[in-house]
Amino acid sequence: MSVPMIRHHLPDSLLMAYSTGTLPEAFDLAIATHLSLCDACRAAAESYDALGGALLEETDDKVEMTSGAFDALMARLGESSAPEPATKRPRDPVLPEPLASYVGGELEAARWRPVGRGVRQAMIPLTDKSATARLLHIPAGTAVPDHGHRGTEITLVLQGAFTDADGTFARGDVEVATDELDHMPVADIAEDCICLAVTDAPLQFKALLPRIAQPFLGI
Amino acid sequence: TGHKVGADDWVAEMLLIRDDRCQTSFAAIFGHFAPRLKAFLIRSGLTPAVSEDLVQDVMQTVWRKADMFDPRRASVATWLFTIARNRRIDFLRKHARPEPEDLPWGPEAEPDQAEVIGLKQESDVLRQALRDLPEKQRVLVEKAYFGDLTHTEIAAETGLPLGTIKSRIRLALDRLRHAMSS
Ligand SMILES: [Zn+2]
Ligand SMILES: [Zn+2]
Repeated sequence: MSVPMIRHHLPDSLLMAYSTGTLPEAFDLAIATHLSLCDACRAAAESYDALGGALLEETDDKVEMTSGAFDALMARLGESSAPEPATKRPRDPVLPEPLASYVGGELEAARWRPVGRGVRQAMIPLTDKSATARLLHIPAGTAVPDHGHRGTEITLVLQGAFTDADGTFARGDVEVATDELDHMPVADIAEDCICLAVTDAPLQFKALLPRIAQPFLGI
Repeated sequence: TGHKVGADDWVAEMLLIRDDRCQTSFAAIFGHFAPRLKAFLIRSGLTPAVSEDLVQDVMQTVWRKADMFDPRRASVATWLFTIARNRRIDFLRKHARPEPEDLPWGPEAEPDQAEVIGLKQESDVLRQALRDLPEKQRVLVEKAYFGDLTHTEIAAETGLPLGTIKSRIRLALDRLRHAMSS
C-alpha cells in the first residue's frame, strides 16, 4: 500500500478518546482506519495509551481480587488450548484494516445503494448503534448536497479527493465537522471519490429535496 | 528457581513468562496489576463481579499471548491497559474493538536492547511527570482514563466549566509532553 501524503489529521481530543475507549464503535472504526494510514496519528495514539499505562501503574486505587483468584486462573490456564491462528486478509488497495473486515473484504462486497445524483452509499453494519458509519462513492466532479451537522461527523477519504470550504482532502485525510460547519463537498474531477463517513447525529440538508430524501439515505 | 529480577522490573518478568513460562513472574504481575485493573474496570461502570471476570480474561491473555508483548513498543503497564480497555469494550459491545493494521516490524527476531531501554526510560519519565502534576490536573487526567467520563460528563461531575476542563487536560498533556521531550 503506498504511503499517502496526509495533511488533515485527527484532533488530540479524538485520539485521546480512542485511547480511553469512550467513543462509539463507528468513531473507533474511522480512527483505527486512519491510524492504519497515518504514522503521525498512530504515534500520538500510542502516546495516549502510554499515558493510560502510566496511570495504571501509578494509581493507588486498588480493589483486591477474591481469594483464590490466582489459583483458579492457573487451573484454567492448565486446560489445553490451541493458540488462535491469526487470520490475515489479502490487502485491499482502497480499504485498509479494520475497515476491510467490517465491509466484508473489498469494496465490491459493500451493500451499495444509489442515493441520487450518481452518489452511492453503503451502510456499514455495527453492533453499537449510537453512531453510524457508511461508505460514500461520489462520482468525479459531483457535489454532495449542502448540509450542516448537529453532532460530530468524521469523513476519511479512501480514494480520490474532495474539496470544501476547509480545503482539499485526499486519501488518508480526515475532516472533522461539528455543529459550526456547513459545507458542500465536491469530488475532484480526476477520479471518483470514496470516503468513510461516520456521524453521531443525522445530517441536516439545506435544500428541500435532499431533506425529503434524508430518511431513505438513513443518515 | 533461578528467578532473579529487580523489584518492579515488569519487562524482565514478562520475558520470563514468555520464554520460561515462569509462574513466579506471572504471580508477581498478577499481584501488582490485577487489583489495579479491577479498580479501573469498576470505576468505568462495571460491577465488581464482571470486573473480576474481565481481569481474569486479561491475565489469561497475558499468559497465553506473552509472545505478542513487544518491549520496544510498550511498557507492560501500557500493554495491560490496552488489553483491559479492549476487553471492556468487547464485553460491552459483544464485538471486537476496531484496531489499526499491524505494522510490519524489522527482520530482526530479537528486540534491539537499546530500543527496549529507551522505551523504559521514556516510561519512567512519563510516570515521574504524572507524579509531578498538580493534584487538580492529575485527578482530571485520571478521570478521563478511568472514570469512563467524557469531558462533558467530567464537567457535570466536578461542577467545573467545560472550557476549564479541556484546557486543564490539555495543560496536563502539554506538561507531560514537555517532560518527555526535555
Ligand atoms: Zn493522521
Ligand atoms: Zn458533512
